[in-house]
Amino acid sequence: MNGTSSETRTVIVEREFPHPPEKLWRALTQPHLIEEWLMKNDFEPVAGHKFNLRGEWGGVLDCEVLTVEPDRTLAYTWNFAHDDPAFDLQSVVTFTLTQTSGGTHLRMEQAGFRANQKQAYGGAKAGWQQFLGKLEQVLATEG
Amino acid sequence: MPEPQDTLFKTLADPTRRAIFERLCREGEQTVVVLTAQAGVSQPAVSKHLGVLKRAGLVRDRHEGRQTHYSARPGALAPLIDWTSQMAGFWENRFDDLENLLKRMDQ
Repeated sequence: MNGTSSETRTVIVEREFPHPPEKLWRALTQPHLIEEWLMKNDFEPVAGHKFNLRGEWGGVLDCEVLTVEPDRTLAYTWNFAHDDPAFDLQSVVTFTLTQTSGGTHLRMEQAGFRANQKQAYGGAKAGWQQFLGKLEQVLATEG
Repeated sequence: MPEPQDTLFKTLADPTRRAIFERLCREGEQTVVVLTAQAGVSQPAVSKHLGVLKRAGLVRDRHEGRQTHYSARPGALAPLIDWTSQMAGFWENRFDDLENLLKRMDQ
């Protein structure tokens, strides 16, 4: 939080799913499925397609499809325009699918945060609420 | 070594402990006696919770005569407010939902 404004950050979250890449690809690219795990949207798996992700908290993200390689790579911009630089967000989300013996390894990389962004809609706020909302449940299952 | 967030989450996962912390945030410094009066658990239990909160850096204590006064240190929550931590948490949660969706989907 003490870097310069030109500094970028990256968040990487990876997980292996016991499902084939084709199935994950559907969950990542079909609007009614995307809505079930991410947000309401008007996504189309076409490079250059502009769409919105609408969060339950009322925030709307401006997105543009950058890369579509079926069953392998999906990338789109994940931007939130805000007058306050602390909330303004320009980032790129890239999903990389790799087939494994047991299913698919999914890697999500979100890049492009400025270091002075302590919070931003599209993630921070939603993440925060959901994080805390699920906290007890998660910890209970961890034992 | 656990991540700071893990410690904070585990510390605040207990509803009684979280209530004590919230109360200290809201009302400022309190003694164990005063906290016990509203906590709904025994004084030793409250003291134990305060000890856990103290180890997580969420409260500080100040001894005055025979009384110990506790106050919140909300700054200890900083790791949770860190942007990248939050974003990673957001995606972990989304992946949880994705996992659930995949289980429900046809092959």
